[in-house]
Amino acid sequence: MLRFRAAICVLTLALSPGFLFAMDTDAKLSDPVQQETYERLTHEVRCLVCQNQTIADSSAPLASDLRREIRQMLEEGRSETEVKTFLLDRYGDFVLYKPRFKGSTAALWLAPFLLLLIGGFALSRIIQRRAALPAPADDEEEPPAAA
Amino acid sequence: MLWRFLLPIGLFGLLVAVFLIGLGKDPTLVPSPLVGKPAPEFTLPRLDNPAQTLGRSDLLGKTSLVNVWGTWCSGCRQEHETLLALARDGGIPIFGINWKDDPQLAREWLTTLGNPYVAVGVDQDGRTAINWGVYGAPETFLIGPDGTVLYKHIAPLTLDVWREQFLPIIAAAKAGQ
Repeated sequence: MLRFRAAICVLTLALSPGFLFAMDTDAKLSDPVQQETYERLTHEVRCLVCQNQTIADSSAPLASDLRREIRQMLEEGRSETEVKTFLLDRYGDFVLYKPRFKGSTAALWLAPFLLLLIGGFALSRIIQRRAALPAPADDEEEPPAAA
Repeated sequence: MLWRFLLPIGLFGLLVAVFLIGLGKDPTLVPSPLVGKPAPEFTLPRLDNPAQTLGRSDLLGKTSLVNVWGTWCSGCRQEHETLLALARDGGIPIFGINWKDDPQLAREWLTTLGNPYVAVGVDQDGRTAINWGVYGAPETFLIGPDGTVLYKHIAPLTLDVWREQFLPIIAAAKAGQ
């Protein structure tokens, strides 16, 4: 039981989400809607210095500069799309964790569905073929008749 | 029925090829969307004299380099000799953007190590760096005489990089004019 509890503790720690340790300690925006947009955006923008973190999670100086820019743009009344365009113009598609759908990112977005289709097709072929096979002869599984 | 054996092997080979190519790439190098576009506007106080400014218009008229650096950046220390060599050669003016740094330390750095820059602008709040899509110093931009960004190099500049990456682009830009 003790070992089980210890395992649960380790698992909980290991799985506790990164946002519990968010680096963004700045004051909230006065407008709750803007604050919501701000939070959504900072969780979607990649910190390019520390590539596997969002700028909300990162303590890098660049991340805090980008948070400041985003906050300021929102306070000026600019839309979420305008902020994204601002970032994309400067840092390219890689800056967004969810890249836009366009020619160069089409493979990224469509490949999973394509692979699923191929897999489904292969699976249905296999099932059809198995169904067409004669049922396995029962006598093989029975004990040999008493001689 | 031969294809039933060859297909998986072929697919596996394809995957291996894709992964091998991926392994050879450096994921920290992100292509800049600025290449081919006009260099972003900026106006920064000069390091040597904050009353003067360095701006986009100062870059025009000649092919130039814009080098983003800071005294906190070890890669910048590494590439400093290269910048000095290029400056001695005199072929291309080098402009500096001192990124999120202490101006006093930056001035001392240039006095001690030598100053390869025609002029250095001080970007203390990092706003110009963001407009230039900078994410890790040192970064070096190649700017055409008309103010177009021709190339961006991320990582310390070396004479090999200069010869292999910058010179052909400069030559091509000249030929295209």
